[in-house]
Amino acid sequence: MDTFVQQLINGLTIGSIYALIALGYTMVYGILRLINFAHGDIYMVGAYAGYLLAIYLGFDANPSIFGFIVVLLGAMLVAALIGMAIERFAYRPVRKFSRMTTLITAIGMSLFIEYLFVFIFSGTPRSFPQLLQNDNYTIFGNATISTSQILIFAVSILLMVALQYIIFRTKIGKAMRAVSFNLNSAKLMGVNTDFVIAFTFALGSALAAAGGVLTAQYNPKIEPLMGIITGLKAFVAAVLGGIGNIPGAVLGGLLIGAAETLVVGYGSYIGIPSTYRDAVAFAILILVLLIRPAGLLGTNVQEKV
Amino acid sequence: MLTLENVSVNYDAIEALTDISLTVSQGEVVTLIGANGAGKTTTLRTITGLLEPRNGRITYEGKEISGMATHRLVPMGIAMSPEGRGVFANLSVRENLDMGAYIRKDKKGISDDMERAFTLFPRLKEREKQKAGTLSGGEQQMLAMGRAMMSRPRLLLLDEPSLGLAPLLVHTIFEAIDNIRSEGTTILLVEQNANAALHHSDRAYVLETGRIVMEGDSKQLAADPRVKEAYLGE
Repeated sequence: MDTFVQQLINGLTIGSIYALIALGYTMVYGILRLINFAHGDIYMVGAYAGYLLAIYLGFDANPSIFGFIVVLLGAMLVAALIGMAIERFAYRPVRKFSRMTTLITAIGMSLFIEYLFVFIFSGTPRSFPQLLQNDNYTIFGNATISTSQILIFAVSILLMVALQYIIFRTKIGKAMRAVSFNLNSAKLMGVNTDFVIAFTFALGSALAAAGGVLTAQYNPKIEPLMGIITGLKAFVAAVLGGIGNIPGAVLGGLLIGAAETLVVGYGSYIGIPSTYRDAVAFAILILVLLIRPAGLLGTNVQEKV
Repeated sequence: MLTLENVSVNYDAIEALTDISLTVSQGEVVTLIGANGAGKTTTLRTITGLLEPRNGRITYEGKEISGMATHRLVPMGIAMSPEGRGVFANLSVRENLDMGAYIRKDKKGISDDMERAFTLFPRLKEREKQKAGTLSGGEQQMLAMGRAMMSRPRLLLLDEPSLGLAPLLVHTIFEAIDNIRSEGTTILLVEQNANAALHHSDRAYVLETGRIVMEGDSKQLAADPRVKEAYLGE
């Protein structure tokens, strides 16, 4: 039982990260019907931005909650700006063409960011500084939870509540929901839809960057290609929850995270070696696409034509 | 107030509008009638910048607006109830009306206008908290018109407001058009229901395969034998 609780805590920890990233996939899809493949790389960009901030502002030397908050918010801001720049210069010019064009642009953008970072920082992993004292607390039998795990839960919940507030309680949020339903109608209301789309990219990118910084507190090894597999899993999480559906992205993220660690912990009993952990998400993707393509919380909306 | 001069519009290689010229003066209700595919909706979409004209000029209150971004026209006083109503199905009736007032910041004025919309269409008040997607076609049309009025437009463009509605609802919609007009809003009305449109307008244009083939006083056009035969089914 202790082991199960421990696996669950670990699973929900990485699940929260997947959820943060999945939100960006799902929001951009909701508004543009675009799978932004470069989104996983924004998570990596966030981790590097946090790394550089921590080093240059000197927070690596003396861990403090203040330093952590500055690094977190700084990385989110940098990622938001980069996300908006990507939208502005890569996606907006091709938006009027077919969706296949935008999709290919997104794949190209993803590769561009990855290898730009390899070029600048080399492919050698770097060690993200510990910004807070990391302690372990025993909570259930032998199961423990670490400071960085608590941090991941707390910050993720806070950010998700903030996102919910923005989407359902603010004017820009209402505009986002309107744009996602009918772009032209929103224009006719006087909504500057380009701005709303840029804002959506900024929000999604900031959340992914938070995921990057939080992950780096839990697992300090960062490298330019770290966004590929995590990004793909977060994408699967968004599909599992129902792409375009915000609560679905959170649910999908937590489920994928939990499934992954449970396979690591117990898979060997049913003949699945723990080395298959990365395959879990994709097995789930195949199942979802076969059984319930709209996802767990998604409704079968007709494609916009 | 609104002038189109020799406007032509293409959909890729196909010419959808050829040399359209029309004017709408302050305080008028002008209707654009014609069969399916004649270019009525294209005309409205071009005025509101959703399509770009290939040739010609569109001016509104003396300023050229051809090809101007749609969202910039709303603060200038243009609003449209689009073809197919275009309500935000995922938003409540109240939120849809709020979206209509998106460009405004005067809370008091907005809530007054919200009440006005509810007076114009009492049915919307009953459905205030419901998602717009759950409304009937007629209610959605009321919402689309109420929402367009929330920006306090000086020029209201209506695209087929009576399409697909039961006769009683058609009556309600045209009554609302009379009401909106009596409050001083200029209206450009696109309709397939030529009979009702001609009875609730001052002037009319007849559109056929992308060209204006007739224009004039609505009463005179309603009496014109060609219009009677082609559009009034007499």
